[in-house]
Amino acid sequence: MQQASGHTIKAFDEDIERLRALISQMGGLAEHSIGEAMRCLVERDVKGAEQVVADDKKLDGLEVEAERRAVQLIALRAPMAGDLRDVVAALKISGVVERIGDYAKNIAKRVPLLENAGKIEALSLLPEMARIATGMVHDVIDAFIARDADAAIRVCQRDDAVDDFYDSIFRTLLTHMMENPQNIGQATQLLFVAKNLERAGDHATNIAEMVYYAATGEHMADRPGKSPR
Amino acid sequence: MDMKEKQPITPTTPVPTTSSAIAAEAKAKGPSTAEQGESQMRDGVAAHSAAEQAAPLVDVSKLENVQDASDEQIKTNREPKMSADRVGVFYGDKQALKDVSIKIYDDLVTAFIGPSGCGKSTFLRCLNRMNDTIPSARVTGRIELDGDDITSSSMDVVQLRARVGMVFQKPNPFPKSIYENVAYGPRIHGLSKSKTELDGIVETSLKRAGLWDEVKDRLQESGTALSGGQQQRLCIARAIAVNPEVILMDEPCSALDPIATAKIEELIHELRGRYAIAIVTHNMQQAARVSQRTAFFHLGELVEYGKTSEIFTNPRQQRTQDYITGRYG
Repeated sequence: MQQASGHTIKAFDEDIERLRALISQMGGLAEHSIGEAMRCLVERDVKGAEQVVADDKKLDGLEVEAERRAVQLIALRAPMAGDLRDVVAALKISGVVERIGDYAKNIAKRVPLLENAGKIEALSLLPEMARIATGMVHDVIDAFIARDADAAIRVCQRDDAVDDFYDSIFRTLLTHMMENPQNIGQATQLLFVAKNLERAGDHATNIAEMVYYAATGEHMADRPGKSPR
Repeated sequence: MDMKEKQPITPTTPVPTTSSAIAAEAKAKGPSTAEQGESQMRDGVAAHSAAEQAAPLVDVSKLENVQDASDEQIKTNREPKMSADRVGVFYGDKQALKDVSIKIYDDLVTAFIGPSGCGKSTFLRCLNRMNDTIPSARVTGRIELDGDDITSSSMDVVQLRARVGMVFQKPNPFPKSIYENVAYGPRIHGLSKSKTELDGIVETSLKRAGLWDEVKDRLQESGTALSGGQQQRLCIARAIAVNPEVILMDEPCSALDPIATAKIEELIHELRGRYAIAIVTHNMQQAARVSQRTAFFHLGELVEYGKTSEIFTNPRQQRTQDYITGRYG
């Protein structure tokens, strides 16, 4: 159902919009962090990776702020129906986005450990996988801001591609490890990176379900192409 | 994917490179070890099998059934206590209510909400023919109480109002003693044969209205000497005293402070099950708190009627959404 016009109490609109803007900001940061972490990984940029780790603090701070605002909004404005679903979704999404930020941090932390390792094939697949995962994060936050349930469904459908990448990278790395035990160290690190990206995609899917519920009041039941987790 | 997670890369024979990789992994985790470990657990097979072995703490599917059972049984297995079929009300030429059809069930509190002048009070007053007292008012359509048409001229209105009691916005006790306020109805309806029996009715009614403990030592004091909240509960006791089947409440708390309001709401909760209750309220939070069904009126029409939990989380009609989220007008 559309939010036809503004509230009679204008400050209510401002409160909700401020909360939604915060979620948008968090989504942007998380998306940027994953992209940066991957760039640092490929370019062996240890300095840049340290920055990504440090930047995660910002995301943590924003999550606390989003929670504070959401709780305050519920207490002071007693939101109903679509407003209530919006606020609850924002509260939940902020937690999930913070989590996605943690995956970026986790990827960045592996950069110094790989600084002197030679590049292996999987490293060329990972950035593409990251591009899809961050694209999902980007689009699902956009769907939240636009209250677009269809866009949320489309994000869910892309999760399969991320899962396929994960499977492919897993097999590639396994081959490398079997061929040459010298590769096991690096391959293990890269496997964790792939896993982090796969989790980021899953979380984007979870957010999509929250967006769908907030926008429609219905649960996105048994969405097509759902992967077992 | 589960298949692959079952083959983690931990060879049985330790290889130097592997252990160094594990050490590096631990280092990479750094301060967020617990957090990452938890995530792996959640993803991993270990978490799944552990969950399967443990007895389920809460069976969600059963929970939902329990919650809905009371509601749905009433919907499917029982006749409505009252049912209105295409009810319209005219004040002179002006139509105040258009084609309202609604069913009110035993065991459920039904709340009528909507902006001022939307017809919710008008409709409530149809249910015990209070509109008869307004000379220019004319009611069309059919209203049934247990299947009998209450709008027919053969209906005994005094009897009807004993079966369908009413509590008003402003507490309106008689300027008589507390005892007499409650005893009046049973006495004129001939519900008691003796003084002892009447005493019993007064006590039971005051107890059900949650007022007994506060007034039992001063039953002969004037009802108007009580506080606003107590007066309202006295009015409820007065309505209960004649053994009604339905209780109509027209904004029963709008003249009361939050504590007195909470007491009335608690009372409504306790009375539910014994009487069918319909309540008109301007306070949407109150409708959400006390009712199981909510009807939204707007411009004389019934816009939406459904489960309270649905109306306040996921209304179907745009007008309902706009009203309850504070966007109306």
